[in-house]
Amino acid sequence: MKIISETLILVKRSLIRYTRVPQLLVFSTIQPVMFVILFAYVFGGAIKTSINYVDYLLPGILVQTTLFGAMMTGIGLADDISHGMIDRFRSLPMSRGAVLAGRTISDLLRNVFVIFLMVGVGYIIGYRFEGTFMGALGALFLMLLFGFAFSWISALIGIAVKDVETAQSAGFIWVFPLAFISSIFVPVEGMPKIFRLFAENSPITYTVDAVRRFSVNQPVDYTFWASIIWLAAILITFIPLAVRQFRKIS
Amino acid sequence: MNSDLIQYIQEAKVSGMSDGEIQAELLSVGWNHGDVRHAFLDNISPELENPPIEQSEKIEAVVSVRGLIKHYGSVRAVDGIDFEIPKGSILALLGPNGAGKTTLVRMLGTLITPDSGQALIGGHDVIKSPDDVRKIIGLTGQFSAVDMVLTGRENLVMIGRLCHLSKLEAENRARELLIRFGLSDAADRQVKTYSGGMMRRLDVAASIIAHPEVLFLDEPTTGLDPHGRIELWHIIKELVAKDVTVLLTTQYLDEADHLADQIVVIDKGKIIAKGTSQELKAQVGGDVLELHLTDHSQAHRAAAAIEALGIEKPRIEELEAHIFMPVRGGASVLADAIRRLDQARIDLADIVLRRPTLDDVFLKLTGHVAG
Repeated sequence: MKIISETLILVKRSLIRYTRVPQLLVFSTIQPVMFVILFAYVFGGAIKTSINYVDYLLPGILVQTTLFGAMMTGIGLADDISHGMIDRFRSLPMSRGAVLAGRTISDLLRNVFVIFLMVGVGYIIGYRFEGTFMGALGALFLMLLFGFAFSWISALIGIAVKDVETAQSAGFIWVFPLAFISSIFVPVEGMPKIFRLFAENSPITYTVDAVRRFSVNQPVDYTFWASIIWLAAILITFIPLAVRQFRKIS
Repeated sequence: MNSDLIQYIQEAKVSGMSDGEIQAELLSVGWNHGDVRHAFLDNISPELENPPIEQSEKIEAVVSVRGLIKHYGSVRAVDGIDFEIPKGSILALLGPNGAGKTTLVRMLGTLITPDSGQALIGGHDVIKSPDDVRKIIGLTGQFSAVDMVLTGRENLVMIGRLCHLSKLEAENRARELLIRFGLSDAADRQVKTYSGGMMRRLDVAASIIAHPEVLFLDEPTTGLDPHGRIELWHIIKELVAKDVTVLLTTQYLDEADHLADQIVVIDKGKIIAKGTSQELKAQVGGDVLELHLTDHSQAHRAAAAIEALGIEKPRIEELEAHIFMPVRGGASVLADAIRRLDQARIDLADIVLRRPTLDDVFLKLTGHVAG
C-alpha cells in the first residue's frame, strides 16, 4: 500500500519539525495550562459541581486541549500551501490523501504527548484519575478520536483559506463558542434553555462527559456511544470534503 | 581550472563510472569539493557548446503543446499556446510578469487543469493521465518549496521516498545530489540557515531526485545574485547534457539567450514570437546604435540629431540618459552619428554600434520593455 508508506514519510516529517521547534509544543500547552489555573482558582469557587471542581475540570480541559490542538492541522496545511510545499507534493506521483493523512495523524500523535503533559499539570493542582487502567485507555482513545475528527474539519478550513493568518482566525471563530457552550468548564444545567439544548447535544459535551465518567470510575453509558457516533459522522463527512477541497487546489 | 582533475574525470567517465561515483572518489582522496564541482562543469561544457545538430533530422518531441487555454474569470491567462520541445533541449518561455508563464507551467506540471487544448508530456496527456505525467516530470516553482525546518538531506530523502525510491536509493541519490550541487557541507544543517542560492539549488535537486525526463523551472534564477545565477545555469546545462528536457520561464532576456535552444516569447497569454535567439534577433534587423549621454536634458535634442539615420525612431530612456535606435549600414552610420551629435553640441559619455539583444527584440515585438 503506497498511501501508507507515503503517509508515514509525511508523519515523520511533522514529528521532526516538533522536535526541532519545541516552541510549537510549548506554546500550544501554555494556553490550556492557563485555562486550568484560571478556572480552578478563579472561577472554581463559584462553580457548583457534583464532584470536586478540579476533578470535574481536568477531563474538560483535556478535550479542550485536543480541540484547540486540532486547529493546528489547518494552520499547518495553510502554511504548506503558502510556502509551495503542497504544490511540490501535488507534482509528485503520490496519493493526494497521504498529504492530509500525514498531517492529521502527526497531529494525533502530538495530542498523545499534550494529553500526558496536561494530566501531569492536573496532578500538580490536585487532580486524580480514579478509574481503571482500561478506563484510562478508553478515555485516551476517545480523546484521540475526538482530536482526529476535528483535525479533518480544521484541514478543510486550512485548505479552503490557504493562508496562515486566515486559518488561525477562521479556526477559532467557531471553536471558541463551541468550547464554551459545552460541559468543558461548567455543568450545562445552569445554562439558558437554548444554550443548554445546544450544549447537551454537542459532540464536545458527550466526549467530555464520557471522559469524566472514565476519570471518576463510573461505567460507560450513552455519552460514550453518542460521542463515537458524532465523531464517526464528522469523519465520514469531512474526510471526503477535505480530500475534494485538496483536489481543487490550483 | 585544474587540468589534472579534468583529465582524471574524463578518464573515469570513459571507464563507465557515474558522476556521483567519480565525485565521491575525488572527495575521498582529499580534493576540495568546490574544485571538483567546477572541474565537472568545465568538463561537460565543451559538448554543450555544440548541441547535436543531427538530432534535428528526427525530432522527438518530449513536450508537445497544442492550443492550450486557461481562463481566470474573463481573463485568458493562457490564450492558445502551441510549441514542441525536442528531447534533451531547453525551451525558454520569455515574457513579462503576468504574461501567463506560471499558468502555463502549472498546467504542464499537472497543478491546474487547462480549459481546452492538449499537452502531452512524454506521450502522456496532462488532462487525461496526470499521474503518468507526474512520474516523469520534475517541477520547481517560483518559490523554494523545501521544508525550512528539515535539513537539506532530510528534504531530499523525503521527496525521494515520496517518489517511491527505496530508503537506500533515496539516501544515495540525496548524497550524490548534495555533492553535485555543492551542498554537502550544509547537508545536515536546517534549510533556514541556507542562502537564497543554496535554497534554490536544493529545490532544483529535489525536483530531479527521481531522474525526471522533463524538468519545469518557473523563474529559477529570480532573486539570485549573479554568482547564484551562473551556478544554476551550469546545473541546468549539465542536466540537459544528460538528455533531460527542460522548460524554463524567465524575465531575463540574457538568460534565455544564454541557455535556450528555442525561445518562445509570450505576452498577455499569447505567443508573439518563436525561434532561436539568432532568429529572434534577426527580426529586429540591422544593428542597434546606443548612445549614453552625460546630461539627460540633452536626450531629445540628441535623438532629433540622429533620427534621420535610423530605420526606426530612436527610443529614449531619459532617466539613464540612454538612446537606442535600430540602424542599417554598419560603421559609416557610427561616423555619421558622431558628426551630427558633435554639430548639435551633445556631450557623449559613450556611443556603440552593437548587435541587437533580446531586449531590443522584446521591445520591437511588444512595444514595451520587459519586466
